[in-house]
Amino acid sequence: MLTSNMVFGGIVIPWELLQQSFWPILIEGIKVTIPLTLISFFFGIIIALITALVRISNIKPLRWIFSVYVSAIRGTPLLVQLFIIFYLLPELNIMIDPYPTAIIAFSLNVGAYASEIFRASILSVPKGQWEAGFTIGMTYRKTLFRVILPQALRVSVPPLSNSFIGLVKETSLASQILVTELFRKSQQIGATNLDQIVYIYILAAFIYWIICFVLSLAQHQLERRLDRYTAR
Amino acid sequence: MLAVKGLKKTFGTNTVLKSIDMQVDKGKVIAILGPSGSGKTTLLRCLNALEIPDEGIVGFEDHQVDFSQEVKQQELIKLRRKSGMVFQSYNLFPHRTVLENVMEGPIQVQKRDKQTVRAEAIELLNKVGLKDKKDLYPYQLSGGQQQRVGIARALAIKPELMLFDEPTSALDPELIGEVLRVMRDLASEGWTMVVVTHEIKFAQEIADEVIFIDGGFIVEQGPPADVLTHPKEERTQRFLHRILNPIE
Repeated sequence: MLTSNMVFGGIVIPWELLQQSFWPILIEGIKVTIPLTLISFFFGIIIALITALVRISNIKPLRWIFSVYVSAIRGTPLLVQLFIIFYLLPELNIMIDPYPTAIIAFSLNVGAYASEIFRASILSVPKGQWEAGFTIGMTYRKTLFRVILPQALRVSVPPLSNSFIGLVKETSLASQILVTELFRKSQQIGATNLDQIVYIYILAAFIYWIICFVLSLAQHQLERRLDRYTAR
Repeated sequence: MLAVKGLKKTFGTNTVLKSIDMQVDKGKVIAILGPSGSGKTTLLRCLNALEIPDEGIVGFEDHQVDFSQEVKQQELIKLRRKSGMVFQSYNLFPHRTVLENVMEGPIQVQKRDKQTVRAEAIELLNKVGLKDKKDLYPYQLSGGQQQRVGIARALAIKPELMLFDEPTSALDPELIGEVLRVMRDLASEGWTMVVVTHEIKFAQEIADEVIFIDGGFIVEQGPPADVLTHPKEERTQRFLHRILNPIE
């Protein structure tokens, strides 16, 4: 076990501090960053699916509203969206903690981006599949849910996993609206160890990396399982 | 059983069907022939409202749809459920097994009893010679096998009329026979069939009536012995000559 600082050239690595900081930062990751990601992604996916279905439908006014939503979210920075929601909710007399505020912002963000993934994957299913559903007597809705979506969802898993892993890292922005997650915890520890702050941030990066590495392994497993009916 | 009157269909500025009248009697096999772009596939797809005609009537004895007026979605679905369709590119559901493909319509649409449907589906697969493939996925089958599953899936909803859209055109030559044999069996069982095809020999042997279409019109129709062996119209003669002597 390393207990003292190691010296490489002029660089002094503060092992002791890193060891002391590892668990507090990781615990905020497990307690805050991961749930924040999972919950936001869950709601984001629901919003995305609804948005995609409305945008491929022929319900004119709704289509227009959802298109504006997607365009606005994709056209503005996530950090700005976070701040707007953080300051807007109190204006509307909605008093909630920073944590649920962050969930709202991230869900809306994921919803817009992932809706484009769903829309593209629904459109990627050949037209003949719709027609096959119609000719065995199915309605539009039945064909959508029984024939088209199962195939489209398979196609959307890789890009969705990408968004998911992206979201893990984007949750660090929640530190800016006072959510004590992985990155804010590192900032706090860094603030009392200003001389070694860069090492604390490298440690934070390393922990993000571990989390994302584990998630990408899970992604490969999922894709392998979903591959059973395709021999492309 | 089915009467079509004054059917018209335009895509953009391209009028594909100019005015089609035809009649399909119960138990008869109608073969539709014609050069590429003649409108034969569009005509077939109008019969089950996969294409919505601009004008004309598609009428079964107990359900008539007049496309000159606004047609409700419910009417289209009702019309569509009269027929089963077999596609050129099979269009099997890739995420379901062979058996699930066949059972999908009766269970999901007709809400029939699962055990009965399963027994019937296995019987249908037996009829098309694929009972032992029932648990495979479509990608594990050859084109000819996939098309025979496509036929079983269409039969499973117990349609009044079977529509075939160039069912052998995507197949390797040595696989065409297995699909045509199944279709011949269906014809001899008394199924009413409308078949868009390029298989002249099949039309000659199986069809009760041949319709030759060109330029959005029915140019000639009648028993295969007349239309295919002694065509009256010059356009039919030219088409048949080209098909029978492709490299001349």
